[in-house]
Amino acid sequence: MFNNFFHKMASPRYFYNISGHLIPWLAASCALLFLAGLYYGLVKAPPDYQQGDSYRIMFIHVPAAWMSMFIYVVMAGAGAIGLIWHIKLAEVMAISSAAIGAWFTFLALVTGSIWGKPMWGTWWVWDARLTSELILLFLYLGVIALYNAIDDKRTAARAVAILALVGVVNIPIIHYSVEWWNTLHQGPTVTKLDKPSIHLSMLIPLLLMAFAFKLYYAFVVLMRARCEVLERERHTVWVRELAEKK
Amino acid sequence: MTSDSLTRAFALLLKRDLLLAMRHRAEMINPLLFFVLVTSLFPLGIGADPILLRAVGPGVIWVAALLAALLSLEGIFRSDFEDGTLEQFLLSSHPVSVLVLAKVLAHWLITGLPLLLISPLLGVLLGLPGDAIIILLVTLALGTPVLSLIGAVGVALTVGLRKGGMILSLLVLPLYVPLLIFAASAVDTAAAGLPVTAHLSLISALLVLALSLSPLATAAALRISLS
Amino acid sequence: MTLNEFLNMGGYAFYVWTSYGLALAVLLINVILPLRQRKKLLGDINRAAKRVRRNT
Repeated sequence: MFNNFFHKMASPRYFYNISGHLIPWLAASCALLFLAGLYYGLVKAPPDYQQGDSYRIMFIHVPAAWMSMFIYVVMAGAGAIGLIWHIKLAEVMAISSAAIGAWFTFLALVTGSIWGKPMWGTWWVWDARLTSELILLFLYLGVIALYNAIDDKRTAARAVAILALVGVVNIPIIHYSVEWWNTLHQGPTVTKLDKPSIHLSMLIPLLLMAFAFKLYYAFVVLMRARCEVLERERHTVWVRELAEKK
Repeated sequence: MTSDSLTRAFALLLKRDLLLAMRHRAEMINPLLFFVLVTSLFPLGIGADPILLRAVGPGVIWVAALLAALLSLEGIFRSDFEDGTLEQFLLSSHPVSVLVLAKVLAHWLITGLPLLLISPLLGVLLGLPGDAIIILLVTLALGTPVLSLIGAVGVALTVGLRKGGMILSLLVLPLYVPLLIFAASAVDTAAAGLPVTAHLSLISALLVLALSLSPLATAAALRISLS
Repeated sequence: MTLNEFLNMGGYAFYVWTSYGLALAVLLINVILPLRQRKKLLGDINRAAKRVRRNT
C-alpha cells in the first residue's frame, strides 16, 4: 500500500491535484492560528518589566528565525531525496522552499535589527544570532543564484541539492564559530535578543505564531511547487488541458 | 583498479598540473601580488597607527588570503573543462574524488603555498609581534588547504557557467567564515601571548573535515556540471 | 488595554508596528507572487497550445 502511495506521490499530476485541495484548508487554519497568536501576543500578554511593549517583536522575529533554519534543512533533505532517488517532486519541493526560506531569513534579520534599536541605540549589532542569520541569508541567495544561472532545470536542481547539502553541514559549524566569536568581542551591552524570562502568557502566543508560520510555509510552498510543476510539465497533455479550461 | 595504479594516476595528475602551472609561471604571481596589494591598502585606508594596525592585522591578512584564494580558484577546473580533459576524468575508472584531491593538492602548491611563504612579510608590514607571525604561518599552513578544498566544490558547481566567477564568491565566502573566525582569532590570541591550542585544534578539525568530505562533494558536483 | 494604549505600544509604536507591518508584507508577497505566476503560466501554455493548433 505504501508503495502505491509513493508511486502516486511521485506523479506530478497527482501532486498538483491533491495540493490544490490541501491549500485552502492549510491557509484557513493558518489564518486562524495567526489571529489567535496575534490576539494573545499583542493584547493578552502583559508588557515585559524590562523591555516594555517592544518585546512583542519577538513573536515575529523568533518564529521567523526558527522557520529560516527549518526550511533550509527541509530544502537540503528534499534535495538529497531528489538526488539519490531521482524523484522529480523532491527537486520541486527543494527549489520551491528556497525563496520562502530567504524571505523568512530576511524578516528575521530586519525584525531583529528593529528590536535592537530601542535596546542598544543602533540599527545593527554583530550579535551572534543576527550574524548567523546574515550568513544563512547568503547561503539561501547562493542557492537561488545558482539555480537561476543554470539553464537546464533538472541539472540546476541537482547542482543546488549539492550546494544545499554542503550548506547544511556547514550551518552548525558556522553557528558555533559565530557564537564563539561573539563571546570574544562582546559589545558594550549584553544581547537582549534572548526571549525575556518566558512567562506562560508569552510562551503561548510564541508557540501559536510558530505553528501558524509552519502552516503558512506548508501552503505557500505547495503554491510555488504547483507553479514549478506546471512549468516542468508544460508539454504534457494534462497541463495543456488544464490551461485550456481556464 | 589496484591501489598501485590509483597512486600512479594521482602522481601523474599532480605532476601534470604542476608542469602546466610552471609553463605559465607569470600567472602564479597574480594571486600573490593581490595578497600583498590588498594587505598594503589597509594602512593607506585606515591610517598607519601601529596599535590600530596590529589590532586589525590578523583579520586583514586573513581576509586578503581568502580573497586571493577566491581569485585563484577558477583555474582549478577551467582549462580542463574547456579542452575536454575533465570529461576524461569522469570517464576514467579511478574514483573521481581521488583525482580531485590530486588537482586540489596541485592548486594548493601553486597558490596556497606561496601565500604562506610571503605572509611573514605582511605580518611585519602590519607590525605583528614574532609569536603572532609564527601562528600566522601555522594557521595559513592549516587553513589554505581548506580554502582550496572548499573552493573546489564551488568551482565544480559553477564550472559550466558563463559568469561562474561572480556566483563563486557568493557560494564560497559564507563557507569560509568559520575558518576566518578561528584563524584570525588564533593570531590575535598569540599576539597577546596566550596559548592557542584550542584554536589550532579547531582549525585542524576543519581541515580533516574538508579533506574527507569535500572531494566527494566536488566529484558529485563535477558529474552534475558535465551532464 | 484601551485602543490608544494598544496602538501606542508603550511608546514603542514605531518599532512594533513596523515589524508587524513588514511581516504582513512579506507574508502577502509570498502568497500573491505564486498566485500571479500560476495565472501567467497557464495563460502562456494556453497561448502556445493555440498557436500549435492554428499552425497544424
